[in-house]
Amino acid sequence: MSILIKGGCVIDPGRFGGIADVLIDKGKIAAVGSNLSAPVDGWTIHADGKLVMPGFVDLHVHFREPGFEYKETIQSGSAAAVAGGFTTVCCMPNTNPVNDNQAVTEFILERARLAGLANVLPVGAITKGSEGKELAEIGDLRRSGCVAISDDGKPVMNSLVMRRAMEYALAFDLTVVDHCEDLHLAEGGCMNEGLVSTELGLPGIPAAAEDVMVARNLSLSELTGARLHLAHISTAGSVRMVREAKARGIHVTAEACPHHFMLTEELVRGYNTHAKMNPPLRTWADIQAVKEGLRDGTIDVIATDHAPHATQEKQQDFTEAPFGIVGLETALPLTLGLVEEGVLSLEQAVQKLTSAPASVFGLKKGTLAVGADADVAIVDQQELWEVDPSKFRSKSRNTPFAGWKVKGRVNTTIVGGRVVFKTDPVER
Amino acid sequence: MSLKRKDLLSLVPLSVDEIMLVLETADSFKEVTGREIKKVPALRGKTVVNLFFEPSTRTRTSFELAAKRLSADVINFSPSSSSVVKGETLLDTARNIEAMQADIIVLRHSSAGAAETLANGVKSSVINAGDGWHEHPTQALLDLYTIRQRGMNFHGLRVAIVGDVSHSRVARSNIYALIKLGAEVRLVGPPTMMPCGVEKLGVKVYYDMDEGLRGANVIMMLRLQLERQGRAQFPTIREYSRLYGLTVERVRLADAGAIVMHPGPINRGVEIAPDVADSLSSVILDQVANGVAVRMGILYLMSGAN
Repeated sequence: MSILIKGGCVIDPGRFGGIADVLIDKGKIAAVGSNLSAPVDGWTIHADGKLVMPGFVDLHVHFREPGFEYKETIQSGSAAAVAGGFTTVCCMPNTNPVNDNQAVTEFILERARLAGLANVLPVGAITKGSEGKELAEIGDLRRSGCVAISDDGKPVMNSLVMRRAMEYALAFDLTVVDHCEDLHLAEGGCMNEGLVSTELGLPGIPAAAEDVMVARNLSLSELTGARLHLAHISTAGSVRMVREAKARGIHVTAEACPHHFMLTEELVRGYNTHAKMNPPLRTWADIQAVKEGLRDGTIDVIATDHAPHATQEKQQDFTEAPFGIVGLETALPLTLGLVEEGVLSLEQAVQKLTSAPASVFGLKKGTLAVGADADVAIVDQQELWEVDPSKFRSKSRNTPFAGWKVKGRVNTTIVGGRVVFKTDPVER
Repeated sequence: MSLKRKDLLSLVPLSVDEIMLVLETADSFKEVTGREIKKVPALRGKTVVNLFFEPSTRTRTSFELAAKRLSADVINFSPSSSSVVKGETLLDTARNIEAMQADIIVLRHSSAGAAETLANGVKSSVINAGDGWHEHPTQALLDLYTIRQRGMNFHGLRVAIVGDVSHSRVARSNIYALIKLGAEVRLVGPPTMMPCGVEKLGVKVYYDMDEGLRGANVIMMLRLQLERQGRAQFPTIREYSRLYGLTVERVRLADAGAIVMHPGPINRGVEIAPDVADSLSSVILDQVANGVAVRMGILYLMSGAN
């Protein structure tokens, strides 16, 4: 079965940009060029006025299965992903049980296959049970399909354990991902530490809790030569240190989440639990630094940290409510907002959602090169719409962006040559 | 006259006029608490629910007495005897209470913002009786009442608040109100007890107690949470007491007519020397007595009764 995507504005970062047709055949990109003719056995998608891009790659999602299926399943998470234009997602290991062994990895891959929507690639744990003590069987995890390792949400506090993990990962060419947070400095905190936390009487998490771990990880990466990826950096200090480390040739990459370049700690006022995430929303100055980091390439990747939680969990009082928000279905328009604002060019924005994340984990994704898997997102860059969590494909509704009027919407998502998402015309 | 607001959650939104209205209303109830029959019918037929998720004897009793002296029906809910232990959310508990036609809910909770969350979810009036480290507005109002009772003017008044400000809801409510009323607010304590950016609220921070007390008209001591010893905030009770304990000698550094306050319960010999607590300058028991009158005033104003 083949598909011809006709007349769209193709953006294949670093490779091609302009009006062109894209031909998909047998699940692969067969050709990109002008005036391609429709295959006899296939059909045509008219993409005039639309953007045609590689499907997005999200290095940071939480699909909650196994263990917390009431929040999200691999099925519902995949549906949310493709609705947001994401064709490949990397799911963090903080499930129950933790993905620290081959059996859990295989289970996730099997569920993903049954869901049949997005490419769901597991991230394995660094340590057994993500307890930060003993290394998980990282070789086994790699062999069974993990694409990176991380103890996301439970940072490895012991620097020796982290050093050994980085060294060991070199043997399998695996990127080590860390959620940078000094758990002692952050203890009990539930929002950014500053005047707002003082006024609200909420325990704070200082920016330094992130910065000291970024500094440690950069030192360990320099020591070991390991490929280090810093998850969701949120402080001006982190951006500054990563910029400096890159200039010195350290193998580091970094990601930022839309909420960390869109929202400040002010949103917590009123004890809004949809403004509770970890790392916490920071200050205006941090937002500026994150944007500058995205602009100058210090921050390579935009990731969502899609973290679904049930309504009743977010209805608890602020200190009790869990950290995190869903992000897959709002990331595109928020990222395009940076293009409107002049922070990023359209190509840069697309790159940070596609080829850049793919290269961080060494995935053969995020490209429209001939022969690549036919993972494609077709987007109407101009469409205005209102974020309505009740229409989310995700099982959870925890977003601070409800009611926002945003611009840019995914029209069609193709994974492996199959249309897996199409905006319902009735809805439009 | 009444407060034109559904809830009393924080002193931040209250105007100077509203604060003064509370104090003046308390004056008339102060007279009632001095009578032989300490009861007026102002809230007859109204229901006040004390919803206390944190142990408290003083504040709960004070609210209970205040409501009873206004002839309201009073119900006390505390976590051990309620369904909260069964995993019900705060909002669900409150909605159940509301369904029983509670007019006013008085909430004490260990989480900052609990009162605001509750107020947004129920039609009943909510009075914050302390939420985490956030605010304790009725305590600050009774503190103001006690200061005013001593004939002091708020404008230009030098008030030293001494102790663990970072974990104190009493301090926050007092800071907001006193600044609004034109007082000079000094915070005294080690840097580990000063919340981030607190100077931006218009206060002055002193790490040296003697310096902070010099010329003060009011010394407001905060209770030391003894369990925080050694855990980063202060090394030992002994050292804390030497550096920040209020002694007779230190009271002499303050203005000659200075008063000593404490929200209670006091740690004798830790943050306050026994001879200071029992001295003539101490108004600690006046605070407790005034608490009932001030809370009567607040309940009366919140109920919209005439």
